[in-house]
Amino acid sequence: MKRALVVLLLAVAASIPLGCGGDDSSDTSASGSATTDKTPVTITFWSPFTDREQRVINTGIAAFEKKYPWITVKSVGAITADKITAAVHAGNAPDVAAMFETDNLGAFCASGAWTDLNDRIDADKLDMEQFPQTIRDYTAYGDKRCAMPLLADAYGFYYNKPLLAKAGIKGPPKTVDELADYAKRLTQRNPDGSLKIVGFDPLLNWYENVPVHWGPMWGATWMKDGKSGLAQDPAWEEMLRWQKRLVDWYGYDKLVRWQAGAGDEFSPSNAFETGKVAMILDGEYRTAFLAAEHPELQYGTAPHPVSKPDLYGSGFVIGTIMGLPKGAKHADAGWQLLKFLATDTNTLAELSNGLHNVPSTIASQDSPKLTNDPKFATFLDIFANEKSSTQPVLKIGAQNQTLFTSFIEKWQAGRVKDEDLHAGLENVDKQINAALEQSGGEVP
Amino acid sequence: VSSTPVVEGPRVLAGPVRDRRRARRKAARRRRALVLGLMSPWIVGFTVFFAYPLVSSAYLSLTHYDLLSSPRWVGLANYRFLFEQDQQVWPAVRNTLWLMVIFVPLQVLFAFGIALMLTRARTGIGFFRTVFYLPALAPPVAATLGFVYLLNPATGPVNVILGHLGIEGPLWFNSPHWSKPSLTLLGIWGVGNLMIIFLAALIDVPRHLYESAELDGAGPLQRLRWVTLPTISPVILFAVVIGVIESMQYFTQAYVAASIATGQAASESAVNLGYPENSTLFYPVLLYTQGFRYFNMGYASAMAMLLLAVALTVTLLILRSSRLWVFYQGAGRR
Repeated sequence: MKRALVVLLLAVAASIPLGCGGDDSSDTSASGSATTDKTPVTITFWSPFTDREQRVINTGIAAFEKKYPWITVKSVGAITADKITAAVHAGNAPDVAAMFETDNLGAFCASGAWTDLNDRIDADKLDMEQFPQTIRDYTAYGDKRCAMPLLADAYGFYYNKPLLAKAGIKGPPKTVDELADYAKRLTQRNPDGSLKIVGFDPLLNWYENVPVHWGPMWGATWMKDGKSGLAQDPAWEEMLRWQKRLVDWYGYDKLVRWQAGAGDEFSPSNAFETGKVAMILDGEYRTAFLAAEHPELQYGTAPHPVSKPDLYGSGFVIGTIMGLPKGAKHADAGWQLLKFLATDTNTLAELSNGLHNVPSTIASQDSPKLTNDPKFATFLDIFANEKSSTQPVLKIGAQNQTLFTSFIEKWQAGRVKDEDLHAGLENVDKQINAALEQSGGEVP
Repeated sequence: VSSTPVVEGPRVLAGPVRDRRRARRKAARRRRALVLGLMSPWIVGFTVFFAYPLVSSAYLSLTHYDLLSSPRWVGLANYRFLFEQDQQVWPAVRNTLWLMVIFVPLQVLFAFGIALMLTRARTGIGFFRTVFYLPALAPPVAATLGFVYLLNPATGPVNVILGHLGIEGPLWFNSPHWSKPSLTLLGIWGVGNLMIIFLAALIDVPRHLYESAELDGAGPLQRLRWVTLPTISPVILFAVVIGVIESMQYFTQAYVAASIATGQAASESAVNLGYPENSTLFYPVLLYTQGFRYFNMGYASAMAMLLLAVALTVTLLILRSSRLWVFYQGAGRR
């Protein structure tokens, strides 16, 4: 009996290496354009979109099927990154997969879970210059280009027009000094001293107040010579000191208490939508939420304020990514869909109108099919701005952002002394670099 | 069985003896096959859900494994990173220790206290038993969402009531000092399962022991100290061991509370986990984050192996110490 159990356990132990890592032998290498092969084929497209948004995406797929009648696309929505990981691992990945979590690209690309598209791009002579630099940055991990964009998000500034007018402010702030000044002038307190209306909430880790979105306001950079360089770029310290001064003006506890009653970000009780905050940093998609949930709100959009005048007009750009997973059975047909959804001008304009996301090519910005909305146009300009920036693609996902945010939470709560800020940032760099090294070392 | 003497010559009885032995061996084989057959559901379950993950985790802890490609052997590198470089590990360990030292004893005390009161109640025992048990039926996610709402610093009913009394309520889940006490309140509220076990144990304490103690002049506190506690001590041991193991696996409530309390969208990134200021970053939360958010499953496996070793050690220590304070009636030993 004992011997039988031991044998069983040994067999289990021996089988482990076979059970891990999925099938590395699957071949999805590029074979160039498959437009010549018109054998009918059905491909599977996994995306994270649901309900209304999936219906919009399906209109783009219908346009693709019209152009490539021999390719039928089975569109499956509500797919998370975890499910894609599991499918790649199990060797039953779809032909094309899309995900919101751009942070994951480093791991997917470095591991080969999403195949390198460079050979296909070269074979089809696809002009990558049709995408702005930001998109080219966040769809590649070093030399490996494993993703194509599926629309994009650009981050800018929203302001409540009646509140600004009431405070005698004529337009949105253009500099961070103006932002701090306007924030104070727009803030209203209750008789007990608690906050009623906040001009601008400076606490990070709230709504879209996260370091990657704020960094472009100061032109701050994440990496230096392949390593985390937060302490080496004085822009981060400048940003954090500016932020802390404004937090202290409000009172940290008061801001936290106000935030707790401010409503969830993606709900009709969003603080900007209900007029509880006069100015926020947010993505272009907020225009759609405002139109649907609070059409009565009079608001304006603008590029976010900046610390240096030449940065004005730029912003943070990111977006949904699509790739060909390892093990895809119809990678050639999948590549056609990928290329179409990323570059077809008319389709991009239609998808942009439906999803209120930024179309991902430069040409599609001028498409006559694009709905003419001045509030949305602000984000098209930010997207096309040469100084707009994005986040680094790393193998450790968003771990660098998490470690930085953990430090910022302590800083803004007043638990890090001003004289210790630089040392604190150095320690964050140390942790990020250790994580990068632990993940396998190489940083593209 | 084998002591049967063989007195006749071997040549004459060699055949029948061999046959008998063969028959015995066959019967033994059949018995073993039957035992194995009857045990096979357990063997399959044990192998698939326990032995395989355990051996697999031990192996993966010695590799770099990103969930997407084959594991690569790195020896003890993950353990070195765990002990020497990862600055998030020790806050996570401290938070988990907090649960073990404060949360678990409070939970046990509260469950015991409620059960004790229920044994004294003269009327409405069924009603109160149901009332105190009901929260245990609430799914952890729903219960946590409810508590985050109740303890919302700005709009939550608790702070609103405190405000009417002239008290400025704490920031609860939004404060690093109050987040763990808030989770403790949630844990105490849902203590029904443990309460029922204590109630059963208390009802089971022999009446004659109390009567003897009373005749000897023991008061209520003395009866509790010298009769009740020793008699139900095996149940207390069970509650402590289970509580400590559960505290080392504490995840769902911390995950939900941190994600919701920030007011940010529920995102798949790990930015919110541990909010506020890593005060809810418990060891399992960090392990999950490393394994499933940072594609660092090799390292997460090393963390899991350490957790297993610590859980085993702590459980063994509690069991060893139990010799001093647990009384087993049936076995008649301390």
